Amino acid sequence: MTLTQQLAAGPAGAHRPLIISLFAVFVAATLAITVWAGRQTRGAEDFYAGGRRFSGFQNGLAISGDYMSAASFLGIAGAIALFGYDGFLYSIGFLVAWLVALLLVAEPLRNSGRFTMGDVLAYRMRRRPVRTAAGTSTIVVSIFYLLAQMAGAGALVTLLLGITSETGKILVVVLVGIVMILYVTIGGMKGTTWVQMVKAVLLIAGTLLITFLVALKFDFNLSALLGKAAENSGKGAAFLQPGLKYGATATSKIDFISLGLALVLGTAGLPHILIRFYTVPTAKAARKSVNWAIGIIGVFYLMTIALGFGAAALIKPEALTAANKAGNTAAPQLAEVIGGGAGSTGGAVLLAVISAVAFATILAVVAGLTLASSSSFAHDIYVNVLRKGEATEKEEIAAARWATVGIGAVAIVLGVFARGLNVAGLVALAFAVAASANLPTLLYSLFWKRFTTQGALWSIYGGLASSVLLVLFSPVVSGKETSMFPAAGFDVFPLENPGLISIPLGFLLGWLGSLLSKEEPDARKYAELEVRALTGTGAH
Amino acid sequence: MSAVPTTDTGTHEPPDYRQVQSSAEFTELRRAHRSFAFPITLGFLLWYLVYVLLSSYAGGFMATPVLGHLNVAFVLGIAQFATTFLIAWWYSRHAAAALDPKAEALKSRLEAGA
Repeated sequence: MTLTQQLAAGPAGAHRPLIISLFAVFVAATLAITVWAGRQTRGAEDFYAGGRRFSGFQNGLAISGDYMSAASFLGIAGAIALFGYDGFLYSIGFLVAWLVALLLVAEPLRNSGRFTMGDVLAYRMRRRPVRTAAGTSTIVVSIFYLLAQMAGAGALVTLLLGITSETGKILVVVLVGIVMILYVTIGGMKGTTWVQMVKAVLLIAGTLLITFLVALKFDFNLSALLGKAAENSGKGAAFLQPGLKYGATATSKIDFISLGLALVLGTAGLPHILIRFYTVPTAKAARKSVNWAIGIIGVFYLMTIALGFGAAALIKPEALTAANKAGNTAAPQLAEVIGGGAGSTGGAVLLAVISAVAFATILAVVAGLTLASSSSFAHDIYVNVLRKGEATEKEEIAAARWATVGIGAVAIVLGVFARGLNVAGLVALAFAVAASANLPTLLYSLFWKRFTTQGALWSIYGGLASSVLLVLFSPVVSGKETSMFPAAGFDVFPLENPGLISIPLGFLLGWLGSLLSKEEPDARKYAELEVRALTGTGAH
Repeated sequence: MSAVPTTDTGTHEPPDYRQVQSSAEFTELRRAHRSFAFPITLGFLLWYLVYVLLSSYAGGFMATPVLGHLNVAFVLGIAQFATTFLIAWWYSRHAAAALDPKAEALKSRLEAGA
């Protein structure tokens, strides 16, 4: 039986025990690492920043493991398999975005902050209001991202394990939530970093193997692969040109520009990525880790060409859409075909390996997201706002652990309700909110001497509110068949991605808020921030 | 513009950051960072935007065959990867040559005084 037939036949399949065993091995091994890391976690420095002793290469791997989510692994491969060239457009925005982090954000952040994004945003400002704002936007961005991953986990088991019962899916979401709470509460940043490194190695190894097998099949001839993909897709030359997915109408074209803007400017404002820069000892090591991440992530996205077009060339489009309408199982389906086809041992093993890698991917990403939001809750909101900075290190770590349990519980509950939601919309929303609420304040804080507390607050809350509201009134939430509430019709904003409006608005509000501010910018604090950010003086 | 103050050893006062900020050494470090990072950022963002706009509105041009089934769209897409790798490498080289020595000199002088 092929994967498609199996899925059509419901919960069945010889692959299931193998996939589950491989996945259980991954969970057991990573939990062992977590316990080992937990033994070395004593102070806040360990819990939030992994002791700051990871090397640039290790952190580069962990960043890659944190960044390459199920959306990029399964989603992009599937989008290329179904829409050809347009699927590839996603990966380019995701990669180019790293240059913003490299040139403008990673090093000054490492030099001037301690544990969270809020450390840098609040540095020159009145701390309590800005910390509250930074904590709020960190938690909102991370929860949206988390929601997407949890919803993805539910969808994935249905597709790969044939678990179709609602109870089964709820159980899987709860299980993912519990494992991630264990990773973060026990292992802190050190445990989470190792989990992300292991996952990155597995993901790259699995992708390399399939890419190599696809290349072998086409005698390492890219043109031949593309030609076969175009022919097999039934769409001919159009499959290799932009337009199949985003070129339909004038609105979808503008939507694509909006998405592109959110992707390229979102990465450098994602809190779970930013806190990774604190795990290395120096700004130079932070630079090195971004360089490794660009190399690893770039090679991975290049391989999605082989994955996506390979699936398009070797699997009939009807078989791809029958398994999953969005094509999300293209990569595992390709693994089965390239391993020797349905029923062969090679096919079964390869399918199981790739499916287990996909699960590992989700676990590592949710752990990073949970850590980012619980760190920000404990460090920004609990210690610096509620306790006015008067808490012991022990109390702070205890607060972070409890916050992890709380956020994990929220994620489980939301994940259960979000089972049927549009995953891609949620991830794009997280990027748009990060680019609108976090990036402007981060850049103004570091580089503009006239920036004030009022500017920071207008920018964070304005960017946050406008991006969330625009999505609420977009076709993502209502009015279309694919919406969260297809029956309702309050979709007054035509674009699915708010970035085109909310990102410029976030920048504009930061500028306007500062100009109209009654208080003078704190020149002394700006001098301190600027000198520390560029030289590394007094870095933690 | 004044030189970087070297505080007496023995005092544990934090450095006067405003004085450092206006020193010639620091001004030069800031210029070396900004004059590289700002124009390059503007450049790659524009180049990415051009690529996105071409993908949306210049389908015919993007479909022009280049080699076998490879068309202009693929060549430009791969070029985005190539420029990203290239800029990352270029910035790191610039930072090692023009930023790190200046930053380290300032840092060790400030921390010796602090």
